[in-house]
Amino acid sequence: MTHVTKPPTITADELIEEFDFLDDPTDRLKYVIELGREIPALDDKYKIEQFRVQGCQSQVWVVPQINEEDPTRLQFAADSDAQIVKGMISMLVMLLSNKTAKEILVYDIKGLFEKLGLQQALTPSRSNGFYSMVRRIHDLAQATLEQ
Amino acid sequence: MLKPSSESTLNTEQIRADFPILQQQVHGKPLVYLDNGASTQRPIQVIQAISDVYEQCYSNVHRGGHLLSSRSTDAYEASREAIRAFIQAKSTNEIIFTPGTTFGINLVARSWGDACLKAGDEILVTEMEHHSNLIPWQQLAQRTGAVIKAIPITDEGQLDLSALPGLLTEKTKIVAMTAVSNVLGTINPVAKIVKQAHAVGAVVLVDAAQSVPHEATNVQTWDADFVAFSAHKMLGPSGLGILYGKESLLDAMPPFLGGGSMINTVTIDSFTPAMLPAKFEAGTPPIAQAIALKAAIDYLTDVGMENILQHEQNLTQHAHQRLTEIEGLRILGPAPELKAGLVSFDIKGMNPRDIAGILDTQGVAVREGHHCAIPLHQRLGISSSTRASFYLYNTLEEVDQFIEALKKATMLLG
Repeated sequence: MTHVTKPPTITADELIEEFDFLDDPTDRLKYVIELGREIPALDDKYKIEQFRVQGCQSQVWVVPQINEEDPTRLQFAADSDAQIVKGMISMLVMLLSNKTAKEILVYDIKGLFEKLGLQQALTPSRSNGFYSMVRRIHDLAQATLEQ
Repeated sequence: MLKPSSESTLNTEQIRADFPILQQQVHGKPLVYLDNGASTQRPIQVIQAISDVYEQCYSNVHRGGHLLSSRSTDAYEASREAIRAFIQAKSTNEIIFTPGTTFGINLVARSWGDACLKAGDEILVTEMEHHSNLIPWQQLAQRTGAVIKAIPITDEGQLDLSALPGLLTEKTKIVAMTAVSNVLGTINPVAKIVKQAHAVGAVVLVDAAQSVPHEATNVQTWDADFVAFSAHKMLGPSGLGILYGKESLLDAMPPFLGGGSMINTVTIDSFTPAMLPAKFEAGTPPIAQAIALKAAIDYLTDVGMENILQHEQNLTQHAHQRLTEIEGLRILGPAPELKAGLVSFDIKGMNPRDIAGILDTQGVAVREGHHCAIPLHQRLGISSSTRASFYLYNTLEEVDQFIEALKKATMLLG
């Protein structure tokens, strides 16, 4: 576990509103990239195999963090060497940070991303390995339940 | 060297009208398809040719004494003859239908390689090879104890021919080289290298996947021993390729795949192989695809390979020129006069995956990644690149759209 700065959070409603407003695909991608810039960069010492998400063509790292204020609520830090992918993982981190493990495991990511028109990102064949990132966060959440 | 830029004689408007898939929009923008190095689109003539086979003459080839069978066999062999003429091979016995370039190279590596190589022999490849013309030789080396050597590239992205005399020794048994690099676009001096290779007793296999579709091919001028290329990169159907081999070599080689069609006599525990080309065409071939390849060859011949080459040369020059407008962009490969119709590049601090992703939202299809050439990228000091590759249906306007989209991408990512 690591001690890193808390990332900002975002709600599903905020995302839906933003995507409704931006109907041009390039503008949506721009928004995703900007989200990626809102979470702090990961220190190089965390960009190691232990935190790398397998199954992504780009490099993606997800690091579980200790929430000192409330240990039942999980926090994650993440980074990627591709900005669009960083944006996608940032969305996940911002949506799921500060939630309990159980809340994370029942959160309907798929449903939300379909509403946002990002369901293309959810098919396994999509090379950004989005499923792998969601799976990793789920695994991390599951691991805290089993402790 | 290619001719300096001159007026294109292609009527791209008329050509584009033949390609149904090009009429569509992507993410609300007109499709600008610049991924021809990966695969090409098909004209209605080829699409129709496939349907025509299934609607009119389809039957298994070289078997059966009924009318449909002889119709399909005739069409299949007519296609083989069309390919022979297209690359100026001496005989249809030298034209083998394969599932693709990769298969053709594997065929040679197994059938010729296993029979002819021993421990200590050398296989000479180049630093710019596609994995399909690299891995089969690595596997062959592992099986036989042969050693892989590579012709290096210069910083300008051409083969360092000064290194060749030192690399070509009496131990060299085969040179496996690409005619055109799928990343750098470099056009290699095949005939020259073949001559030097033959002088030391080595045979030469040419990966012509990026070459045959884009310029006139003459295997006699090259004098290469084996040439492999793919139908889908030349407006032809999927799942099909051609291996050309000199008849004397193919005759001497043992068969590759065993099964129906490639036999002469069979007992319960032995067989003798069929004559060429059947010897290397085991099982039922991709019949409709092989027949329809003739439609692709007819289309290309009608347009004219010289015209296609000049057209792509114009597009590449224009692309090179406009790409200089983008800060931090490095074009990989030599000057336009020395290369084929594609341009790969690297932009400082930007991931090709992001570049391609943003271009996609603008309707522009390019390719990003290592393009199945990891050793080449290692030599270039990068892990991946972005590539735009052109064909006869692309236009100068499309190159401009690509540049505008690229500028937008660099703004978003900067």
